[in-house]
Amino acid sequence: MIRAPRPAGLRPGWLAGGVFAVLVALVAGVAFGPVALPPAGVAAALLDLIPGVRIHSGLSPRETAIVTELRLPRVVLGLLVGAMLALAGAAYQGVFRNPLADPHLLGVAAGAGLGVTAVIAFRPATGDATAELPIGVPLAAFLGAIAAVALTWVLGGAGGRSRTPATLILAGVAVSAFLAAAQTFLLQRHIESLREVYSWLLGRLATAGWHDVLLVLPYAAITAVIVLSQRRELDVLTVGDEEATSLGLHPQRSRYLLIAAASLGTAAAVSVSGLIGFVGIIVPHTLRLLAGPSHRSILPLSVLFGGAFLALTDLLARTVASPAEIPIGVVTAFLGAPFFALVLRRGGVS
Amino acid sequence: MISARGLRVRLGGSVIVDGVDLDVAAGEWVTIIGPNGAGKSTVLRAVGGLLPFSGSVGLDGTPLDRLPRRVRARTVATVAQAPVVPPGMLVLDYVLLGRTPYIPALGRESASDLAAVEEVLAALDLVRLRSRRLDTLSGGERQRVFLARALAQGGRILLLDEPTSALDIGHQQEVLDLIDRLRGERGLTVLATMHDLSIAGEYADRMVLLAGGRVVAAGTAWEVLTEELLARHYRVRVKVIDGGRGPLVVPVRG
Repeated sequence: MIRAPRPAGLRPGWLAGGVFAVLVALVAGVAFGPVALPPAGVAAALLDLIPGVRIHSGLSPRETAIVTELRLPRVVLGLLVGAMLALAGAAYQGVFRNPLADPHLLGVAAGAGLGVTAVIAFRPATGDATAELPIGVPLAAFLGAIAAVALTWVLGGAGGRSRTPATLILAGVAVSAFLAAAQTFLLQRHIESLREVYSWLLGRLATAGWHDVLLVLPYAAITAVIVLSQRRELDVLTVGDEEATSLGLHPQRSRYLLIAAASLGTAAAVSVSGLIGFVGIIVPHTLRLLAGPSHRSILPLSVLFGGAFLALTDLLARTVASPAEIPIGVVTAFLGAPFFALVLRRGGVS
Repeated sequence: MISARGLRVRLGGSVIVDGVDLDVAAGEWVTIIGPNGAGKSTVLRAVGGLLPFSGSVGLDGTPLDRLPRRVRARTVATVAQAPVVPPGMLVLDYVLLGRTPYIPALGRESASDLAAVEEVLAALDLVRLRSRRLDTLSGGERQRVFLARALAQGGRILLLDEPTSALDIGHQQEVLDLIDRLRGERGLTVLATMHDLSIAGEYADRMVLLAGGRVVAAGTAWEVLTEELLARHYRVRVKVIDGGRGPLVVPVRG
């Protein structure tokens, strides 16, 4: 008798691992920094924040303020941004049936970046690079992201039936270059906002406050709910549109919904964190290798491990060259570019 | 049961199927033959609800366009000519995709879905392959898995587009015997397209010869596979000889 394998899906062990990774990132991210805090005290202080829980952390009021006002919002924002980028990457890879699809390679991030730049450039100059982002930023980023992904999709299909993974990525590169040029042009015309835009481009996690967390939280929640609700549909889509139709699905409807949701998540992430590349490739691919190809496990795990990955990368970015900070996008690119080459070598593109 | 009347399909501005009438009785096996570009696959895809068409198609007495997607998916299953093999997917998970029309939105497969899949795996001798990756199986094994996914949909109507085109003659016979056995056991109605005329004639109750998007001949294998009809529509010189279980078509040099 051969033991029946269990159907694909999220294994409890992996779920527990993901939650554990998030907790480790949370405590480590808050404990380490210019002022080192005891991890046990940090864990206690974090538990103390949960309504109804009363734990004495043993931290001084000043240390508690460092935890709640400086480091916690930054770590939480890192978790949110990482979760969104990894989830969006996994969703794009499923929708386009393309292992190289990623918010950056599809031009989505560039589109969101142009949207953000436009908002900063066209508003009255504050001269303050650390000023809070205007409320309209995520929306402008979303419009830019949607326009970019639509452009990439149309351009990638220009060769008619020859839409392959490679043509889609080439189209994404062209769209990214075009949008980056538009962004540069806009900056030249509004030179006074240059400093502010660049400080945002390199990643705003350093100046993150609860304001930024609240700004992206609703978009992140909408994205997560929509994408996770389509996890089974994405598995069915892997057999092709015609088969999916014969199995009773609306492939095109699922696809548009997922593209819109993933672009919203990317836009939310980009609008508070600037351009952070490769997270959308590294995290889903590693999960696919380790936990199997089903989107029913890749998508929820991308949220958890993507968040943990970015929060820990941010920790690395602000500690290795302390007191200076390396832009987090630089660290992810250092890790991501070799990883990308690895994906190519493994023959993931067919 | 399938009944199509005045079926017309336009693709990219040109008419591919031009007024086809087609009936397949419950439990019957009908095979569509015809030269390349005759519209065989297009007829099959239209009947499966995968293409917009004009005219009417009825499945078990209900007009196709009145069947909600999920109900249609429980009525008719299609095995494409070269189904996509998703990288890394296990046989069990692939066959479980066939239960998609039974799984509610946001839900997961139920015990009865798993039981239905186990039953199909057993019937197709796939139990020992169920934890293998689909992309590591041979052509014949894959074809059985594709069939299993279609059967897991639980419909009575099976549409097969060139079910044996990727197989050697041994596996062609094996797969077609299997389909015929399942048809008997489960009361399936089979509509297939095939290229190999002799083999097509051996298994089909009736055959339909399509050319230029129209039905040019229909009937038993002996009525359709004649030297004259094949010469006219395939532009080929053939000899038709009696193979015991049906006509055998042998191309001869002119």
